[in-house]
Amino acid sequence: MPQVTYTDHTGESRTVDATVGDSVMETAVRNGVPGIVAECGGSLSCATCHVYVDEADLASLPPMEEMEDEMLWGAADERRDNSRLSCQLKIAEGSDLHVTTPTTQV
Amino acid sequence: MSDGLLIIGSSQAGVALATSLRALGYDEPVTLLGDENHRPYQRPALSKEWLQGEITNESLMFRTQDYWDEHDIQVVRNERIVRIDKRDNGSGVAHSMSGTDFGFDRLALAVGARPRRLLLEGVDLPGVLYLRNADDALELKARVPDVQDVVVIGGGFIGIEAAASLHKMGRTVTLVEAAPRLVARAVGEQTSAYLLEHHRASGIDIVLDASVRRIVANGDRVGGVELGDGRVVPADLVLVGVGVIPNTELAESISLECDNGVRVDESALASDGVTVAVGDCANLPNPVPGAPEGDRVRFESVNNAIEQAKVAAYAIMGRREEYAGIPWFWSNQGAIKLQIAGLSTGHDRTLVREDPERGKHSVLYYRGDRIIAADCINHPLDFMAVRSALGKGQAIPFDAAGDPTVPLKSVTTDPADLVPAD
Repeated sequence: MPQVTYTDHTGESRTVDATVGDSVMETAVRNGVPGIVAECGGSLSCATCHVYVDEADLASLPPMEEMEDEMLWGAADERRDNSRLSCQLKIAEGSDLHVTTPTTQV
Repeated sequence: MSDGLLIIGSSQAGVALATSLRALGYDEPVTLLGDENHRPYQRPALSKEWLQGEITNESLMFRTQDYWDEHDIQVVRNERIVRIDKRDNGSGVAHSMSGTDFGFDRLALAVGARPRRLLLEGVDLPGVLYLRNADDALELKARVPDVQDVVVIGGGFIGIEAAASLHKMGRTVTLVEAAPRLVARAVGEQTSAYLLEHHRASGIDIVLDASVRRIVANGDRVGGVELGDGRVVPADLVLVGVGVIPNTELAESISLECDNGVRVDESALASDGVTVAVGDCANLPNPVPGAPEGDRVRFESVNNAIEQAKVAAYAIMGRREEYAGIPWFWSNQGAIKLQIAGLSTGHDRTLVREDPERGKHSVLYYRGDRIIAADCINHPLDFMAVRSALGKGQAIPFDAAGDPTVPLKSVTTDPADLVPAD
């Protein structure tokens, strides 16, 4: 079973078992991982599920579409090269993911 | 033993209240009670991604059972509260239809709203549906394979979203709206016009200014919708989305003040000073900075459910916190993503920013020199810029915002530069 590790801005980590096909956002919200708000429930409308993806995991992810790119410019915390919206990151078989949540989502 | 908090209603606002309280360290028992036989789930996708089969039932669930267990939140399904005995200190007992009693030290009403029913001949025919909860959505989805002609009555968000979904699923869709324009309550004229043109061009037949005379039967089920001009639009499924009515009966029964919802203060406290009411059922002081004194609103939005639940959670913890943030809404309608920031009521001029080639269209609303809201279609950059500026009290000068090639963020200025409106 793939796992997602969420590290918050203070460095505290939590690893959660994930279902293939679910998003990194859904996995966080259902398990009550703090730091991911996801007001819109994953319909790419709110930019409150912003995460920084570990450099090593970046290449395994689907490319960013224009809408996600535009939303990220409005994220509450600083946008970096490894910024993604976690609702757009589907979990694949055999690949663990590691993300850091920003200081704030709103 | 303490009975703790009883939250009646386990949709967005009730769930947000329970989870916010645990996040704040509330350590009394929490019971989250819903009248549906489902685990607490999210509703917005019911008319969109879920209806179209793009996401599973599981992805609608708010939390895993493990989360509820770990956070000691007792989730009760399929129990409908019919009577409440409340003492002056806010504690009491809620009695359910099945005969179960739920004691509480403190009560929260997150009872939502119900669809406004049409009062017309034929509305009880099989095939005339409403769309508010999961059971409604399950029934709608189950019928779709057997129908071709759909009439949607009501051009608000639910009606348009469902119409766009059903059209995308290959159905012939006619949308009938009584008002002269679409979503008249929530967006301005330019946005309505854009939506009308887009949805008509995509193939949905939209009839405005239309009254509905009756629902026509075909044998023992629905066969069509007769309009005020006598025309009968064939339909083997009719979906009614003509607004909602807040569920205030329980609140009224315990003598809480109600007026288009349960009247609450800035901290989500009802007129008894202890019961809280959150979400679609609550009528609250308009939280938008600069709103007219005494103005009250009732929001039907996820954002409000979450934000108001937060202030309610603080109130239960004995703290008074400001309702943070600017109201915002979204609506996905086929290829259209509409995002609304702020409230446009009371605007005196508008500005349109358009990039037709990329399907982007934003309307900015101003009162005097102050920007108060924006409707943004497929334009997250504009939406995020306006939402952020409103939240920070920044200005987006009218004259500087007119060039659609210039990012709004680059013309946003700090409050000190704002010229006061007359």
